[in-house]
Amino acid sequence: MGSRSVLLAAMILAVGGVGLAQSPTFGVGRAPTAEEIRGWDISIRPDGQELPTGHGSAKEGAQLYVQKGCAGCHGRSGSGSQAPTLIKSDGTTKSSMPCLAPCVNDNNVMALHSPYATVMWDYINRGMPLGKEGSLKPDEVYALTAFLLFKNGVIREDEVMDAQSLPKVVMPNREGFKLPPQAWKHGAPRLQNYP
Amino acid sequence: MISKPRGRRGFLKKSAALAGLALGSAQSVAGQTPTSQPSAADTPPKNPKELAKELIAYGERSHFVTSARVPVAERMSPDMYGLTFHVLTPLQDSVGIITPSSLHYVATHRGSFVPDIDPSEHRFMIHGMVDRPLIFTMDELKRLPSVSRIHFIECLGNRAQARHKTVQETHGLTSCAEWTGVALSLLLKEAGVQKGASWIVAEGAEEVKGSSSIPLAKALDDCMIAYGMNGEAIRPQQGFPLRLIVPGFEGIHQIKYLRRIKVVDRYYMTYDDYGHIQPDARAAALTNQIGPKSVITFPSGGQQLLGPGFYQITGLAWSGAGAVRKVEISTDGGQTWHAAELQSPVYRIAHTRFGLNWKWDGKECVIMARCTDELGTVQPTRAEAAKFWNKPLDASFRVPGNDNTVQPWRIASDGSVHNGLA
Repeated sequence: MGSRSVLLAAMILAVGGVGLAQSPTFGVGRAPTAEEIRGWDISIRPDGQELPTGHGSAKEGAQLYVQKGCAGCHGRSGSGSQAPTLIKSDGTTKSSMPCLAPCVNDNNVMALHSPYATVMWDYINRGMPLGKEGSLKPDEVYALTAFLLFKNGVIREDEVMDAQSLPKVVMPNREGFKLPPQAWKHGAPRLQNYP
Repeated sequence: MISKPRGRRGFLKKSAALAGLALGSAQSVAGQTPTSQPSAADTPPKNPKELAKELIAYGERSHFVTSARVPVAERMSPDMYGLTFHVLTPLQDSVGIITPSSLHYVATHRGSFVPDIDPSEHRFMIHGMVDRPLIFTMDELKRLPSVSRIHFIECLGNRAQARHKTVQETHGLTSCAEWTGVALSLLLKEAGVQKGASWIVAEGAEEVKGSSSIPLAKALDDCMIAYGMNGEAIRPQQGFPLRLIVPGFEGIHQIKYLRRIKVVDRYYMTYDDYGHIQPDARAAALTNQIGPKSVITFPSGGQQLLGPGFYQITGLAWSGAGAVRKVEISTDGGQTWHAAELQSPVYRIAHTRFGLNWKWDGKECVIMARCTDELGTVQPTRAEAAKFWNKPLDASFRVPGNDNTVQPWRIASDGSVHNGLA
């Protein structure tokens, strides 16, 4: 780290003290500030490393599900409506939407298909609600995630979801996902002996 | 059914132009036919000089040409919320290998609204496991050495089904364009990838922030961040102002409105990744990269031969692994195969146009094409794929991962062409 800092300092001097570090070969661009990175970096990996502090329960989520407009598109019961099914139905209601990839309708709902609970948190955080994406606070995202996990029978109603508990939730489809047997390599066939 | 709304915009434009010519004045067409429908007819018609001026600035195709994209039948675009999902390119009308930007297929994360991004406000950032996180403006990216490459992009949902009638419906989620931008390897080198990194996570700036995990080896191999498409700025539906191109990988990785790449040390399982997960490692291996694939575009479903005689069979072949080496055509349902001519320049990971001179004897027959790529991998038939997966070959068989199986077209004795899967 130390030698890297020296190198960086040397590079900044080399481009004439323009200020923040630029690309070393071309001297184009600049180093983002820590705040810029924090503001944009919304990626959440399966073990939940980047999850923010905050917490929420299914009870809080049940209220938010209505207040934030989720019920308006996904239905009060979380199924049988225009937007993809969120809560496993009792089999009597059927979504009017076809099952596209990712297939999140009827009895293959996101909460059950997703191998990690963090994927639900991430998607609600980045992509919902429609038209107000990114407006939910961490507590609200934890609560909505807890609500959907509870309604789908994955966690108990009194379990509080936070940065520690959410990654530990064992999803029903945890084993339903495999990466390719070999890492991608230039010039290698996708799968040996596939016709 | 889904081809009904064709050419509406063109029709309205044409009507407005004709009205303008006939009246020779700025009288409103809408004034003649009161309607609440917002349309091109609401704007006053342009006089011939204004029209000529407009066409001098940015041309348009002949109004006799009506080739158009259509939404997939399974999910209408725009939907009740105004979201666009999957829109099919009219391969049956295609010539050569380049898909015009206006006809390039469209698919979106979740379904999305096309964002209206001011390029002067747009930024692209590389961060994560790098020595020097970097952020660029569009102008800065354009100062860097550029590359132009011709690549197809195909959606993993490009899956022929028995109910499909035309090649637009069976195969319309693939298109091919020239992309211009900066090699991602150059940018990653500038940022200095740290030891232990193995994946990147790319993310768009649109409202849903579509995001995808890509192996670092691929990112360093031939990926690029593109600002140009077919000689001009990428169109908004295709990711204006910046799009990640991951040659040969399924469409969902080609992140539009690209704003961020995070270098990481593991598979991240983003929402878009999750949608394509496979329970079987072998199926996963057939998911990211598109296999060797080809389809006859003429004669194809819904077209009509005008009686026995000479026809050139033509179509497109492509592979995510590299260049197409060989295309073979059968006109007897797969019993015998004939080498087709590769007619276009053959680029790596690009549509390649093929042709075979053929004399139709007027009898019912089934025609099909299969291709072999530079790795020697041969496009399988559905029967071969079913055998590999040890599944019965019936309508329920869904090819795991990317469906690159052979597409048969049945030509009836009256010259009508039908989906051979039906």
